[in-house]
Amino acid sequence: MKTVYLDHAATTSVRDEVLEAMLPYFKDSFGNASSVHSFGREAKKALDTARETVAEILNADFNEIIFTSGGTESNNLAIKGAAHQYKQRGTHLITSAIEHPAVLNPMKELEKEGFTVTYLPVNEQGIVSVEAFQNAVRDDTILVSIMHANNEIGTIQPIAAIGKIARERGILMHTDAVQSVGYLNIDVDDLNVDLLTLSAHKIYGPKGVGALYVRKGVQLVPQIRGGAQERRKRAGTENTAGIVGLAKALELAHREQAAVVPKIEKLRDRLLEGILQIPHTRLNGSRTERLPNNINVCFEFIEGESLLLNLDLKGIAGSSGSACTSGSLEPSHVLLALGLPHEIAHGSLRLTLGRDNTDAEIDYVLECLPPIVERLRQMSPLYNG
Amino acid sequence: MYSDKVMDHFQNPRNVGEIPDADGIGVEGNARCGDIMKIWIKVEDNRIVDVKFKTFGCAAAVATSSMITELVIGKTIEEAEKITNTAVAEALDGLPPVKMHCSNLAADALKKAIEDYKAKH
Repeated sequence: MKTVYLDHAATTSVRDEVLEAMLPYFKDSFGNASSVHSFGREAKKALDTARETVAEILNADFNEIIFTSGGTESNNLAIKGAAHQYKQRGTHLITSAIEHPAVLNPMKELEKEGFTVTYLPVNEQGIVSVEAFQNAVRDDTILVSIMHANNEIGTIQPIAAIGKIARERGILMHTDAVQSVGYLNIDVDDLNVDLLTLSAHKIYGPKGVGALYVRKGVQLVPQIRGGAQERRKRAGTENTAGIVGLAKALELAHREQAAVVPKIEKLRDRLLEGILQIPHTRLNGSRTERLPNNINVCFEFIEGESLLLNLDLKGIAGSSGSACTSGSLEPSHVLLALGLPHEIAHGSLRLTLGRDNTDAEIDYVLECLPPIVERLRQMSPLYNG
Repeated sequence: MYSDKVMDHFQNPRNVGEIPDADGIGVEGNARCGDIMKIWIKVEDNRIVDVKFKTFGCAAAVATSSMITELVIGKTIEEAEKITNTAVAEALDGLPPVKMHCSNLAADALKKAIEDYKAKH
């Protein structure tokens, strides 16, 4: 059966070039980077090269990059690490209502420990207001964490503007840039951030590896205790192959961004236009301040899981913010934050494109999707069409 | 995640539609939770002779709706009243645990349709 993968915000395949770069570090160059002998030195050299590559792309220094097990760990280290480190200065934290659970849940944990967290709302376009941030700042605010681009609706947040204010007020600024890498500028000076989270598997790298940019002078309480790896900020023998893969994937994403992104955006626009021809369909999030590969729409009167399974039967892979796909009874917190009613939020579909999608695939989706939506609506007691 | 029977009923739901001159109509669930089932029954000589349904919900909700229409056709009102949500799930070779309480509401919808029938007759 023909398959069309449109779930690149969930994960991507490992590119051939990335896999090739990684392979030597599983078997032949297997040394522990902390060892003194030639095997260890070889691994250490690979880590150094990877760190240089990542630092250069972020416009950071070599010593400002910490490798981790992925975006979730980087977010936990940034948020809990900074909160614990600077709690003498203050115990107020600011984030947004539409963050990934890897930010929201550490925040909730800190609330239980006695910190106070302000969850900034978003407007109906899914954008955090700089003014709302400014108004939320208190004398005891120590950290703000706002995602660069949202994982569900792709909205791009005003990180540089928020970061500028944060810096003026002496507040640390963290951004989760897991979704924006390869699509947006991630220069840490342009963004005015002190902490930035990266993940490899969203950019055609391996799963289980990520990085955290930590601006010089910023201290973090380690969240994993053990050896002295990663400048004592993250214990554990380094995942050499994974880190090499992360650096290679980031290097390729950065180098090819200018050429690949317009191509993806053109396909996305055509797919979106076609989908919006279906009656009672709305786009979630901003049309303009949006990642170029993201579509998130709601089809009224139908439920997301049914839609996803029907698409899957046609070989089309997407995702939904429906409660049924999240393992909870509540639909997506992001869609609810936009002000959508529950029954509409249940009928959402997210399609996220990647570098290998083709015009023919878009044609195929536009051929399959409308009849599926119509069939589910005919079955729906909410629909009178 | 879903059994073959669930997927079969989800892909080819039986008895979808409405009965314009139904003897009883039942609705269960709410759109807020993401599952609503509406069921129409036609009764002759105390026996359910026709059933139709419409469902807004996930695959489990559609499959349980479809399955109960098959279970109930030809049954007397007394026999139909005894059908439980668990029996519907069993007839589908089971449902994922997370779906057991939220999407398994076909028997409740049927009971409401029978109450509606009894109230009218």
